[in-house]
Amino acid sequence: MEQDHKEHSLLAETFNANESRVDWHDETLWWVRQKRDRMAWSIPEWEELREAASRIKHNVLGNMHDYLIEFEKNAIANGAVVHWAADAAEHNKIVLQLLQKQGVKRMVKSKSMLTEECHLNPYLAEHGIEVIDTDLGERIVQLAKEPPSHIVLPCIHKKKEEIGELFHEHLGTPAGNADPKFLTAAARQHLRKEFIQSRVAITGVNFAVAETGEMVVCTNEGNADMGAHLADVHIACMGIEKLIPQRKHLGVFLRLLARSATGQPITTYSSHFRKPKEGQQLHIVLVDNGRSRQLGREDFRNSLKCIRCGACMNTCPVYRRSGGHSYHNAIAGPIGSILAPNLDMKDYADLPFASTLCGSCSNVCPVKIDIHQQLYKWRQVITKEGYTKKTKAAGMHAMNIVLSKPGLYKTAGGVGRWVMRTFPAVVNNGMNPWYKQREMPAPPKESFADWYKKNRK
Amino acid sequence: MSREAILAAIKKNQPEYQALPDLSAFGQAGPGDPAAFKKVVESLGGQVYEITSFAEIQPLVAEHYTDLKQVVAIKDAYLPGAATQWQTGDGRQLEHVDLAIIPGQLGVAENGAIWVTESEIEVRVLPFITQHLAIVIDSKHILPTMHDAYEQIGAPSTGFSAFIAGPSKTADIEQSLVLGAHGAKSLTVFIIR
Repeated sequence: MEQDHKEHSLLAETFNANESRVDWHDETLWWVRQKRDRMAWSIPEWEELREAASRIKHNVLGNMHDYLIEFEKNAIANGAVVHWAADAAEHNKIVLQLLQKQGVKRMVKSKSMLTEECHLNPYLAEHGIEVIDTDLGERIVQLAKEPPSHIVLPCIHKKKEEIGELFHEHLGTPAGNADPKFLTAAARQHLRKEFIQSRVAITGVNFAVAETGEMVVCTNEGNADMGAHLADVHIACMGIEKLIPQRKHLGVFLRLLARSATGQPITTYSSHFRKPKEGQQLHIVLVDNGRSRQLGREDFRNSLKCIRCGACMNTCPVYRRSGGHSYHNAIAGPIGSILAPNLDMKDYADLPFASTLCGSCSNVCPVKIDIHQQLYKWRQVITKEGYTKKTKAAGMHAMNIVLSKPGLYKTAGGVGRWVMRTFPAVVNNGMNPWYKQREMPAPPKESFADWYKKNRK
Repeated sequence: MSREAILAAIKKNQPEYQALPDLSAFGQAGPGDPAAFKKVVESLGGQVYEITSFAEIQPLVAEHYTDLKQVVAIKDAYLPGAATQWQTGDGRQLEHVDLAIIPGQLGVAENGAIWVTESEIEVRVLPFITQHLAIVIDSKHILPTMHDAYEQIGAPSTGFSAFIAGPSKTADIEQSLVLGAHGAKSLTVFIIR
């Protein structure tokens, strides 16, 4: 893919132009993180649950071939039609063909990050089919012609006044009304009409059980159920890593998912789709799109354990202050930054650097993905492959020379302190990235080495 | 056909097999606590009434819902005089149902979730499309955790089933919690003692 966007740091700069808005974004997500903590602390066996979830997913990674075959066999026995897509293009083509067979021009879709990853909506629009996103947050960003900025909270970057304006323009609500209750009621009415009219519904999948061939879809709004139960054709799109071995494993994952995501004990609806309803078609599209390749990367395969709760985003100091759109990928935040380079190392070379490596993401991850370790490892892979920017590579090279030669390091330190004291404008200006949003510290008179020599000898 | 290519790539790349963990320590022996269950359902925005017979449902419904035009009750005894022959159709016939009263197979004390299956609700969309939902559940069928629930449920016997915990909701607009997104705007749980 051609690079037609700015890199993370530049996009974050745009987001940071409005300081009070960044503070609001930061605080809102931190509040969600705190709700997650309260939920986690109320379960004494929380850490054991995380460990069990991680090990179940590890078992899936090591047996994915057989589980996929088992799932397919059971799903077919249940009456579903199973499709396999090697990449996004094939996934989109399969969905388009199903829609064309039904002759529909408009249909409903509930939340599916996979279809975002595959850019299904624009593809279908090119073929004259309009997708109505039915998750409220997704509908809002769709009306605003934006991608979701968060996998669980798609319009977390939007103020209610902006949503009120969007609804005024598209749904005819009174101008100036920004009451969340009123706007939600308006969306409910608007989308009920779509549910009733729609003959095809696309849903995502949270968990697919190999043992039973069933799929579990979790929502708070009930939009997946409204769409799927009223449609003649239900198309469920899933990445192959959504598999879990047995039904009883749902007990572990459903305990972790909503608590980690939004600090709720469970989502309102955890729907188990096994057989199509009478007279209905159920299609399941199994999508690889780079996942089998990631499975072969020893350092990065654990990223496939992800259950898409978004906890790593809510806790990330960089995500909270740079916003989801700065990651220019369907999945933002720490998890997006370790998944994206597998899809396109050059295009997403900036993302593993959009982190402080503080490790908070790994600490909250319900399936114990070593996210911050992988961010660090991706940096090394990307640099080795030559995908870092020339200025960064040159800076690192210079630092390497200085830091590996004690004499040079000492001289450079002395010169640096002298320059900062004598000509502070050299560092205190917009050209120096460290000066942005910061005052530079006062330069010390002597180096630590000099101080140590004086005081310890 | 991409199936063979995907499976071959996975077989080549998948790591060494690791055994599944033992989950037996997570379950809890014995019944779930109805008081804890009630508390969670209320925290989710639902209302809970403890009753001793189905006959108590009708007066509570009359007291708490006004202007009910269409009511579906899965059992006649829940609400005598409720709609009949609502099952025929593709689900759209239920578009204007104001209240549905359905049985729940079991409840989970840790999170307020209630297990509902197609064999009782008959039309899958019923608990979602209705404006208001009421679920009747036996206090003896409340279990402590999700592990106990799946243990009890066992292998699937119907084409569709769901855990329902509270009314439909969203917080997508500035994290303000609003009840009544696309599914039922309210949930009432009747616990039969």
